[in-house]
Amino acid sequence: MNNFEYLQAADADQAINLRDKDINAQYLAGGTNLVDLWKYNLTHPAALIDINHIGINNTITENPDGGVRLGAAVRNADTAYHPLVEERYPLLSKAILAGASAQIRNMASNGGNLLQRTRCYYFYDDQVPCNKRIPGSGCPAKTGYNRIHAILGTSDSCIAVFPSDMCIALSALNARVNVIGLDGERSIDFADFHRLPGDAPELDNNLKTGELITSIDLPENGFKDHYSYLKLRDRHSYAFALVSVATALKLDGKLITEARIALGGVAHKPWRVAEAEDFLINKEANRENFSAAAELIVQGAKGYGDNDFKIALAKKAIVRNCMMALDPSSQQPGAQPSA
Amino acid sequence: MAKTILTVNGIRHELDLSPWVSLLDALRDRLLLTGTKKGCDHGQCGACTIICDDKRILSCLSLAVAKNGSEITTIEGLGDDDNLHPLQQAFIDHDAFQCGYCTPGQICSAVGMLKENRATTRDEVSELMSGNLCRCGANKGIIDAIMQVKDGGHYE
Ligand SMILES: Cc1cc2nc3c(=O)[nH]c(=O)nc-3n(C[C@H](O)[C@H](O)[C@H](O)COP(=O)(O)OP(=O)(O)OC[C@H]3O[C@@H](n4cnc5c(N)ncnc54)[C@H](O)[C@@H]3O)c2cc1C
Ligand code: SF4
Ligand code: FES
Ligand code: FES
Repeated sequence: MNNFEYLQAADADQAINLRDKDINAQYLAGGTNLVDLWKYNLTHPAALIDINHIGINNTITENPDGGVRLGAAVRNADTAYHPLVEERYPLLSKAILAGASAQIRNMASNGGNLLQRTRCYYFYDDQVPCNKRIPGSGCPAKTGYNRIHAILGTSDSCIAVFPSDMCIALSALNARVNVIGLDGERSIDFADFHRLPGDAPELDNNLKTGELITSIDLPENGFKDHYSYLKLRDRHSYAFALVSVATALKLDGKLITEARIALGGVAHKPWRVAEAEDFLINKEANRENFSAAAELIVQGAKGYGDNDFKIALAKKAIVRNCMMALDPSSQQPGAQPSA
Repeated sequence: MAKTILTVNGIRHELDLSPWVSLLDALRDRLLLTGTKKGCDHGQCGACTIICDDKRILSCLSLAVAKNGSEITTIEGLGDDDNLHPLQQAFIDHDAFQCGYCTPGQICSAVGMLKENRATTRDEVSELMSGNLCRCGANKGIIDAIMQVKDGGHYE
């Protein structure tokens, strides 16, 4: 653990300028990931720039286009329990409440949730090689113990998964991420925010150095009638997903008119397959069609030994969750499978 | 060093702290409030749970300097030997501990949970208390104790 300076930013401009002055400075939001990584000697900030007092991104508001804007500094718990989110985006609410613990959700910010790092055991052990921590050093997970690792979108250099629950729902909802940097503001499609490891696994996402997330926009369509989040893990609660699924459907009678299915716990980013979602359009909402879609979603999946089970598990979880989405009241607290 | 003002259990403290001191270490080592426990120091057990500005949070992952100006309640602020908090009494009534190490965190977490008022059923209470592990396995008694206070209306 290294010592660091503590700085407070009064507004976004000040934050990005402070960050620009010191390449080794980092933004501090809830600290639930950053402080943990610092204690494990995995990150070495020269300074922490506290962004909790930047007024503009502390609120949840309606957008003129009918959607909703989630401030980056709003806590995960305040987001999940906000009336606009509970009523219009219950899928997001459920996914957030399936993550971490109540205490951590009270601390964790929306911006920080998008930037949390992998829970790969080798990444967390500074005594062993890891391409994500030290580019070019190797990936012991591929041939080591890899029960929690990815089955989709992996590369020779990294098979880590992105561990967020909230982001799986944001992916299904086609959210956008608003950021500000020295070059001004831009807005990033959720699908383009996180990245696959390729040959640069040290990069988790496409944020540019020093860019600050200010807010997340949700489109008007919140799929509030037919949605479900299912999270499968080694313990009943307070554990990261082995496989999770966010399903959002629009139905006309028995026919599906719109389908979104995002998988968590299986890849370096939330996993969606357009072909599977298109396949479901104008099909009846039943087990058989959901199974066919599940096959398309896990197409090309590859196990590394300990995580082979995730391929079958993912398919079953998709079907189960799509069935639950037909009757959202069947969902259990903590996104457990229904009885 | 940064001057940090914390109001803990109603008493205002002015501390000179290095920026890397966790709120947990500030409470235990500087204010000698050792009721709050260090279990994992990594956010994984809930033993360090305290109430900060009306919310239950983990003091091990909080930097004390970042909490400048906050109002904090620890287990020491909830009750004393002659005047137990209803949850403290309920934990005794239900044998909700063995070694007692997780207990201060469990009770502070339960105080926060009841204030949040998001759980109705026992399953929901269990789910919203899952951030507090008990390695002695007293979980049944813990949830029984919380349900007693929740349903008994002793809580305000
Ligand atoms: C024990 C434990 C269990 C957990 N379980 C789960 C789980 O089951 N599911 C789940 O989804 N999550 C889980 N989490 C992770 C938790 O959700 C994240 O740690 C949290 O969301 C991070 O938010 P934060 O505000 O605390 O971020 P911080 O730790 O403050 O920051 C994280 C990173 O983001 C950067 N950052 C923060 N905000 C911004 C911004 N606005 N702009 C630019 N950069 C920014 C920081 O510089 C840092 O690099 C768990 C965490 C712990 C400790
Ligand atoms: S899977 Fe990725 S994070 Fe894990 S050891 Fe390999 S390179 Fe590192
Ligand atoms: S000591 Fe803070 S969560 Fe374990
Ligand atoms: S009583 Fe021993 S850890 Fe809970």
